[in-house]
This record gives sequence, structure tokens and C-alpha cells, in this order.
Amino acid sequence: MAALARLRLTDEELDRFTVQLGAVLDHAADVAALDTEGVAPTAHPLPSVNVLRDDVVVAGLDHDEVLSQAPAVEDGRFRVPRILGEAP
Amino acid sequence: MAGLSDSYGTATEIARAVRAGDRTATEVVEEHLARIAEREEELHAFNTVLADEARAAAARVDEVVSAGGDPGPLAGVPVAVKDNLCTRGIPTTCSSRILEHWVPPYDATVVSRLAASGAVVVGKTNLDEFAMGSSTENSAFGPTRNPHDPSRVPGGSSGGSAAAVAAGFAPLALGSDTGGSIRQPAALCGVVGAKPTYGMVSRYGLIAFASSLDQIGPLAAGVADAALLLEVIAGHDPADSTSIREPGIGDLRAAVDEGVDGLRIGVVTELAEGAGPDVAARLDEAVQALEAAGAKVDETSVPATTHGLAAYYLLAPAEASSNLARYDGVRYGLRVDGADVSEMNERTRSAGFGNEVKRRIMLGTYALSAGYYDAYYGQAQRVRTLIIRDFEAAYADHDLLLSPTAPTTAFALGAKTADPLTMYLSDMCTIPSNLAGHPAVSVPFGTGDDGMPVGVQVLAPALGECAMFRAAGALERSRT
Repeated sequence: MAALARLRLTDEELDRFTVQLGAVLDHAADVAALDTEGVAPTAHPLPSVNVLRDDVVVAGLDHDEVLSQAPAVEDGRFRVPRILGEAP
Repeated sequence: MAGLSDSYGTATEIARAVRAGDRTATEVVEEHLARIAEREEELHAFNTVLADEARAAAARVDEVVSAGGDPGPLAGVPVAVKDNLCTRGIPTTCSSRILEHWVPPYDATVVSRLAASGAVVVGKTNLDEFAMGSSTENSAFGPTRNPHDPSRVPGGSSGGSAAAVAAGFAPLALGSDTGGSIRQPAALCGVVGAKPTYGMVSRYGLIAFASSLDQIGPLAAGVADAALLLEVIAGHDPADSTSIREPGIGDLRAAVDEGVDGLRIGVVTELAEGAGPDVAARLDEAVQALEAAGAKVDETSVPATTHGLAAYYLLAPAEASSNLARYDGVRYGLRVDGADVSEMNERTRSAGFGNEVKRRIMLGTYALSAGYYDAYYGQAQRVRTLIIRDFEAAYADHDLLLSPTAPTTAFALGAKTADPLTMYLSDMCTIPSNLAGHPAVSVPFGTGDDGMPVGVQVLAPALGECAMFRAAGALERSRT
């Protein structure tokens, strides 16, 4: 799970979190056991679907202001270390 | 209404006085900055105090008034803004190391509306990191302390906002509420805190925790002030595709004075059950007060709310794990270098996130992972439907529902940090409203055996803010 979430945990953290999350998941197992036959899931409390706007160009964020907050910038782009091989 | 914040001027009164020229915004802001100077070190309500900016904003309001212009409905009123709301040019940290030095390039819509209303932002308030928590102890920058008793928590995650209002630092504050994060700290600090109907207030510029649950709302010492602020920030925003178009929020300030004659109110059995005896006693008194004011109050069951906590602790972390994936060290925030992007992502996130955030990301990742998706996340979505249905059944013959806001008064710092589950239980009464997308408000109602504030929660169906504020107003009047 930690790797999937792009988190690197120490052994101590792994032990502690396993215990703490275990307790929460026991609780969650109560939910898993409920009879919800024929009940549709609710992802979202509002009935809205496909909220669209007119296809008109509007100003975006100021590039310089956005890039001023970036850890590393090159040629007006975000600079990152090399992308090596496949994702884990 | 007894309490710390009574002796401070109300927002309604300040706005009236500034608009009429009886007081200057400058004088008002100096008064509040002085209070901040006196107690902020002790309480740590703020991550950033904006003294110079506030003075400049106040001066602009005074110019408008001198020139005979309209300075807005909140003219000169100091407001504290939770530090997960984007303020352009001003650090917005979510009380996280991963955003410790981040400065947003845009204002949240609610922040723009505040500015247009003439309000004066005095600071960015402390919160549990990324709004995950019920005590503000998960802040990467240290906890906020309860102004009524600094050895205790103010609640969370909007603990800084609640403490700021309770301590008189500002008559108004903005918070965010995903599972109770406005209402619970409001209850623990003895102030009013409201969560509107989902979609009533734009989330544009609110740094996302759980997108189907998050809502921004007001905190204030009194119900009328909370209504005033909510009216200012509510309304459709094209920048938030989940924001409601029609209808508007209604005349909340009128509702506050309307009374509860003829309203049918149900105390939710499953939520009242969890309360400690002193909180239960205050709830009984609230029932009596509402009956004396002309409402019909009985008990009603909303059975599925029993599973609200468990469903929430699957849904919210699942959404959070997705929303927090963006903190990867690439475009903003902390970056810890690595040999490649993957390593950089891992090191950045491991260094930048606190324990509670990591726990919830992992919980969420697990709930969404192959093999478990349907049993956990899918099931929690179905429980959500059951909760909505059971609320619908209760609202078939009730206008409003009632419950405690929190099961206990404010606990001591450190009392619940060892076991996350104990902390999660603080939200059992507030969570169902977030799952259903319904509005709810916490109104201060007396104290517990330990002398600490108790809050009573009024729940309403979707778009029921007016009825909700009728009851809140009646409850408040019954205590004066």
C-alpha cells in the first residue's frame, strides 16, 4: 500500500500504522458485512451530471506567478529528475 | 448567552458602525490586532497573522466610506481564514510541511467574496494537516489551544478558526467541514459553526480533502453573524462544477428572528445515544427551550447513521488518497530530490506528510485497490445511500432534526492521540450530514460538568438553511 501511495515508511512506522489501521479496518469490516442488496451507490450528494460551460477562451493563471512557486524551472516548464523505467 | 466571545463587538454591529461612519475600519482592526498580540502566543490560532495587509485593507474601506461609496455588507469586519483556503500572494500551508512555503497564484472564490464585501482578513488559521483530524493536534506547526482552557484542544480540523472567534481575535472566521470540522470545534470552543448544503458555497480555492464531502462555512460568536457571513459567501460559481445554481440560500438573517412556532423537530436517537451525561442534559434543555418557543419535538430514528463513521472512514480517505496524489514535488510545494521521479515523489511525500495524513492515504489506497474496491469503497457508497434514505424518511414528518454536536466537551491535549479510532469517534454526530450533503449548525448551549462549552446541533434537509437558522436563533435566544 505504501508503495502504491508513493510513500516510503520506516519499519517502525510500518509496525505502528499496521496496528492502527487494523483497528479502523475491523470497523470497516462491519460495513462490508451489511446487507445492501439492491441499493445503488451514492458517489456524490447532488444530482448534477455533465456540468458544461460554453467553449469560450478565458484567461488562465499567470505563468510567471505559477512558475515562481515551482521547485525547479527550465524554459518555462517544470523541471524534474529523469523518468526511469516503469512505475512500480 | 454567556461566554468568552460575548464581550467583543459583533460583526453585524461593526459593519453597521463602519458603514454609518460611527467607527473607522482602521480603529476596529487595531482593536483586534491588539487582542491577537495579547493572546496569540499562548493560543496559536494562526499560522500567519496579516497585520500590515489588514491595516491596508481597513484603510481602503475607510477611503470608500469617506468618499461616500458603498463599502460592502461586512465593511471593516475582521475575518480569520482557515489556512486551506487559497489567498493569492499569501502563504497557504494546510498546516503541512509539504506546503509550508507555498504561495497561491489565485484567491479562493470565498476569499474574493470576502474582499468584495469589505471584510478585513486578519490571518490564516491553524488546522489539522490537510483538514484531517478533530483536535488541530495534527498540524505540522503545533496545536492550537482552547481559549476557555489552554490545556485542552479547540477541536478540529478548523480549531484555529474556532479559537480565533472564541478569543475575540475576529468576530468571524471561515472554516471547512468534511466530517464535522466546522461544527465540532465550534462546539468545543463555545461558538456558532455552520456547514451549508453541499454545493451551496463554492469550493474553488479550497484545497481538497474529500471532494464529495468538503464544504466551507462560517464560524461566529452569534447566530446572526454566522448567517451574515454565510449569505456573503454562498452562491453559484462557474469555477466549481459542483456548485448549486438554483435556488439561492434564502434570507438567513430574517430566518434567525422568525422563531420555531409550528416546526416539527426530531431528536435523532442514534446520535443522542453517544453523548456523555452532561452533554445529554444540555440536549434535553435544548428540547425544552424549543418546545417553549412553540416547536413540536419528539424522538426519531435514523438507523443508518450508526454506520456513518465506518462509511466515512472508507470514503473520505479514498477521496483524499486521490486528491493528495498531486503533492509529488513537481509543480509546487516541498521537493526532496531523488535519482528519478519515483524516488523524488516518495521522498517528498514521506518527508512532507504527517502521520495522520499518511494513515488516511494508505487507508484510502487500500479501500480503492483491486480486490477490495467493491467490498470497501463500493459498500461505503451504498451505506451512503441508506443514510440518505433514512434521513428522507425522518424528514417526511419533521422539518428539522436535533442532536449533540460532539459527544463530550473539549478533551485535554494529548488525550486521544495514541489511538486514532478514539479521535474519530468525536465526529459521530456530525459525519452523517456530510455523507448526505445536508446542512447542519452547532449552537453553543451551556457548559458541561467541567465548565467547558457544549454545542447542540440542528440538522436540516438539503437546501433547508432557513429552517435551520430559525431553530438556531431560537436556541440562542433561550439562553439570554
